Amino acid sequence: MNRIKIFLIVLCLAPLSLFAAEPGMPLDSAPINQTDNESLQRGAETFVNYCLTCHGASFMRYNRHRDIGLENEAEVTEKLILTGQKPGDLMLSAMRKYEGEEWFGVAPPDLSVIARAKGADWLYTYLRAFYRDESTVSGWNNLVFDRVAMPHVLYELQGEQELVVETVAGKEVKSLELAKPGTMTVSEYDRYVADLVNYMVYLSEPAANDRKQLGILVMIFLFGMLGLTYVLYREYWKDIH
Amino acid sequence: MSKQNNSFLEWIDKRFPLVSTWKEHFTEYYAPKNFNFWYFFGSLALLVLVNQLVTGIFLTMSYKPDASLAFASVEYIMRDVEFGWLIRYMHSTGASMFFVVVYLHMFRGMMYGSYRKPRELLWLIGMAIFFVLMSLAFTGYILPWGQMSYWGAQVIVSMFEAIPFIGETLHNWILGDFMLSDAALNRFFAYHVVTLPVLIVVLVFVHIIALHEVGSNNPDGIEIKENKNPETKIPVDGIPFHPYYTVKDIFGVVVFLIVFCGIIFFAPEMGGYFLEHNNFIPADTLKTPDHIAPVWYFTPYYSMLRAVTVNFLWVDAKLWGVFLMVAGVAIFCFLPWLDRSPVKSIRYKGPIFKFALTLFVISFFVLGWLGTQQPTPLYTLLAQIFSVIYFAFFILMPWYSKIDKTKPEPKRVTK
Repeated sequence: MNRIKIFLIVLCLAPLSLFAAEPGMPLDSAPINQTDNESLQRGAETFVNYCLTCHGASFMRYNRHRDIGLENEAEVTEKLILTGQKPGDLMLSAMRKYEGEEWFGVAPPDLSVIARAKGADWLYTYLRAFYRDESTVSGWNNLVFDRVAMPHVLYELQGEQELVVETVAGKEVKSLELAKPGTMTVSEYDRYVADLVNYMVYLSEPAANDRKQLGILVMIFLFGMLGLTYVLYREYWKDIH
Repeated sequence: MSKQNNSFLEWIDKRFPLVSTWKEHFTEYYAPKNFNFWYFFGSLALLVLVNQLVTGIFLTMSYKPDASLAFASVEYIMRDVEFGWLIRYMHSTGASMFFVVVYLHMFRGMMYGSYRKPRELLWLIGMAIFFVLMSLAFTGYILPWGQMSYWGAQVIVSMFEAIPFIGETLHNWILGDFMLSDAALNRFFAYHVVTLPVLIVVLVFVHIIALHEVGSNNPDGIEIKENKNPETKIPVDGIPFHPYYTVKDIFGVVVFLIVFCGIIFFAPEMGGYFLEHNNFIPADTLKTPDHIAPVWYFTPYYSMLRAVTVNFLWVDAKLWGVFLMVAGVAIFCFLPWLDRSPVKSIRYKGPIFKFALTLFVISFFVLGWLGTQQPTPLYTLLAQIFSVIYFAFFILMPWYSKIDKTKPEPKRVTK
């Protein structure tokens, strides 16, 4: 009987290890920390400055940023609201949907839950993997999202990268090389993108930190109950043989 | 105080059989005393059902069954509704955990022969619950109106098109449109919150009534009713359900809640198995995702659907796939008549049954895993091989269960 149980548990866990493997470009692991409010606030400012111009985050309210330490509404208004909206409003894009379709061929997607769809590592790699490509409409291409409609919005900071294709042991290996440096060094830019991705992970589930905190209390309660109910069960069952 | 209580009880009892019902189903329902780990999952399934009903009601208060509002209303629940995230995760995790406990509950029945005489009807009612549960899961998964909701449902409803002659008409009739759209979302919402919950509650009630009529099976697969105390008429190996199994089940509930809450609070997506990553992208009727996979609990059957790749006997491969998939679920119904072994429990069955059941479990898991993957020629071949093993477990059972070398059953239940 125990052998069957162990066998079942092993079978249950087997697919989890296989799930991680996905084809395509290897992704860099995003160095993010959901409890680092300073990083989250820096990311939020980057987000409203750059992303919110074309994308919306239309399930999120500005005043919700109390979660990441922006407690009062004056601070929220000063740091995050560039469009004349009110603190209780949803974070809408400055651009209209039809304008996006006209200008980019496709309306820029809403970014509220994009981190849950794509994952932090994908976003972190994507935002650092733009390169110059004159064959595309925007003049930009991306290593993890081929022929993406979005141009490289942060190019002034990162600089311009170029694609390098080498043949190693008969296989094409693609990499990027910085051709024209930007206003930031490579490590500064990586940090900057990490802050932005950190914020986007928060944005995709603002209640996540509360969830984990409440979870610890619930677990403590349940483990207490585990002992109590076990003692109760043994007490009732001691005369059953 | 107690005298007042008694007179109140008497007043009720003259008008409603309260005390006798309580006795019949709790304090004087005699269950075998040797229940083990596997006997927790029935009461746990009931717990998850209640969880789904209660959290579902609260979700309905803020959810909008409208193709243009549904996705945003789910995020509204996640962000703006007080503890909406908790209610939503309880419901989404509950859906997957419902299948976990029901699959384990069914596996228990297969190990200990709980489907055998006199429990054939009990087993069939249970299968009806399983069908309704699958319908509930399917209609519920459409509601967030994400990419996987939309395209997963598209795959399922397109199966009706494979039915000859009436397929297309039936497909349009079910959807209320020529394609999956707002009309379908509205009606699936109605099924999910009214029709199917009522059905499942009624069926669970009937399942318990049937169980209490025939009595519970046990890990030894012997009938405790055949050995009663001549004076009290109580089975010698039976103990009252209340308080013995109520206190034991409460302990089981706490163990289950530790797992359940562990997922809700620390891994609600369960690595993309309980909440798929692609379902965080709103449904786009013009953009088919590269890879469509149903949620994990449907993937074994999804593999069977994809396993048929050739037309056979003038019938289209797709229709065979649909047939195989439906058969994969429905074949459990025939178990009571396929098993010809003289004993019920795996404890006294021979090596052939143990081997067959192990192969069946392996094929169930392999098919489940394959259903989450993109099909490749190798994976399709594996799906075909393991589908054959899956069905062979059932179809060959009348023969191998008869020739298998069994051990003699004990007269009394053992530890």
